[in-house]
Amino acid sequence: MSEKVLMKGNEALAESAIRAGCRFFFGYPITPQTELAAYMSKRMPKEGGTYLQAESEIAAINMVYGASAAGARVMTSSSSPGISLKTEGISYMIGADLPGVIINVQRGGPGLGGIQPSQSDYWQATRALGHGDGQIIVLAPSTVQEMADLAYGAFDLADTYRTPVMILADGMLGQMMEPVVLPERRDELPEKPWATTGHKGQRPHNVVNSLYLTADALEKLNVERFERYEVIKREEQRAECVMTEDADIVLVAFGASARIARSAVVHAREKGIKAGLIRPITLWPFPTDAIEATIGTAKAYLSVEMNMGQMVDDVRLVVNGRKPVEFYGRTGGVIPTPAEVLAKIEEMNAKGGE
Amino acid sequence: MAATHNIVLAGFGGQGILFAGKVIASAGLIEGRELSWLPSYGPEMRGGTANCSVVLSDEPVGSPLVTAPDALVVMNQPSFDKFRDTVVEGGVVVADSTLVPNTSEIPGAKLCCIPATQLAEEAGLKGLANIICVGKLFAEVGFCDRETLFAAIDKCVPPKKAAMIEKNKQALEIGMNA
Repeated sequence: MSEKVLMKGNEALAESAIRAGCRFFFGYPITPQTELAAYMSKRMPKEGGTYLQAESEIAAINMVYGASAAGARVMTSSSSPGISLKTEGISYMIGADLPGVIINVQRGGPGLGGIQPSQSDYWQATRALGHGDGQIIVLAPSTVQEMADLAYGAFDLADTYRTPVMILADGMLGQMMEPVVLPERRDELPEKPWATTGHKGQRPHNVVNSLYLTADALEKLNVERFERYEVIKREEQRAECVMTEDADIVLVAFGASARIARSAVVHAREKGIKAGLIRPITLWPFPTDAIEATIGTAKAYLSVEMNMGQMVDDVRLVVNGRKPVEFYGRTGGVIPTPAEVLAKIEEMNAKGGE
Repeated sequence: MAATHNIVLAGFGGQGILFAGKVIASAGLIEGRELSWLPSYGPEMRGGTANCSVVLSDEPVGSPLVTAPDALVVMNQPSFDKFRDTVVEGGVVVADSTLVPNTSEIPGAKLCCIPATQLAEEAGLKGLANIICVGKLFAEVGFCDRETLFAAIDKCVPPKKAAMIEKNKQALEIGMNA
């Protein structure tokens, strides 16, 4: 096992992607993601890979489309406003069944918003990333170690299901340093018989395309793709559960806010309040099984987010009226404190799950 | 079980505030502790104030943003004014008195004023007032073993600047004895 090093989340993620076999990076600078692109610009040429600062985010995502169609492991990264620009290209990738990894180091929005950490792109990532019927896999790291681990695994998920995968991070995770053990580098990558690599007349030519003018053909493709989504929902849900077995109040939080929620849960336990935490690691597919497993014992749920209340919708969909679901959040780049979350837990505990 | 330290370092951009924080974080890494280092980022760094939060603990770190420090290093007046009231009861504040002329006692906290910038210049260690402050904080708080702190310097100074390693260690000594 390699040694623990101290790295920024942005840099650990970039190094891990290279070790996963990513050899093409296309991006455009934006705070608080820029270290990721800067790291790639230094490292990619040494790996015989390509780092290219595109003229815009839109150009970058279409370069991702091209490199992916040619069978490469490819990545782009940005922060919230830049991701909005990429959404057209991501929709095209969904429509063409192209794998690729997209990093969103979120900042406050809407509009140009701010540059401080936020989780306000949850809806965008899990619902409406581009037009059309479609989803992408969304992963939510909570530590610098997970920035590395999830980025590494994202390339395999993308190739297995032929879908874009997003890492939904935030400015805190991107900028902070923590000890991290980087994954081993790999050179054996999956075969991609569908890739447009040139065939020299040896096989029928491959086509990568998202345009289908016949309604019946497009319907058939979309239905098939949603069958694949059902497999993803069944096989790929991931969540971490902390002290949920006997918890009266189950917090649900991802990414940076899960760190704060975890501290609040520990403090609540010290005060004799039975609190627990479900931390979704996959945001899509949403870990419905982990929440369902607590429905018999929990008295109430509390979604903690760095936004005005977005993931709470998904919690409510699972809970489906069987228990109260409340929300606590800060927005605009403000990071909630464990004390604020604890106060909310105490308030709910006093109500006794009413 | 070693103590948890919630540390804030603050000053002007360019004073090596983030580097000083990295030295402390690296000491935690060497000792196998749980830790986090979080910088302020954005426009305030250009000639304005820079600060970072460092947490050393035996438990996984929750929020890496330190809002109630038990150790504070300040290297300019605005930082002292901004953070003085956030320090918890029993906390320690190290202030570079060359650049923080107006200090006032902080109820419940220990205030240590050392002229770090002046000491650095007198010792021919211009630009290492940050590390002098780290040395002073170590003397007051003991956030790691002594040898670990010197090893952290070896780890943090990039190979291209290897000539600076001894100077950094000299600065640590000055701070420890100030």
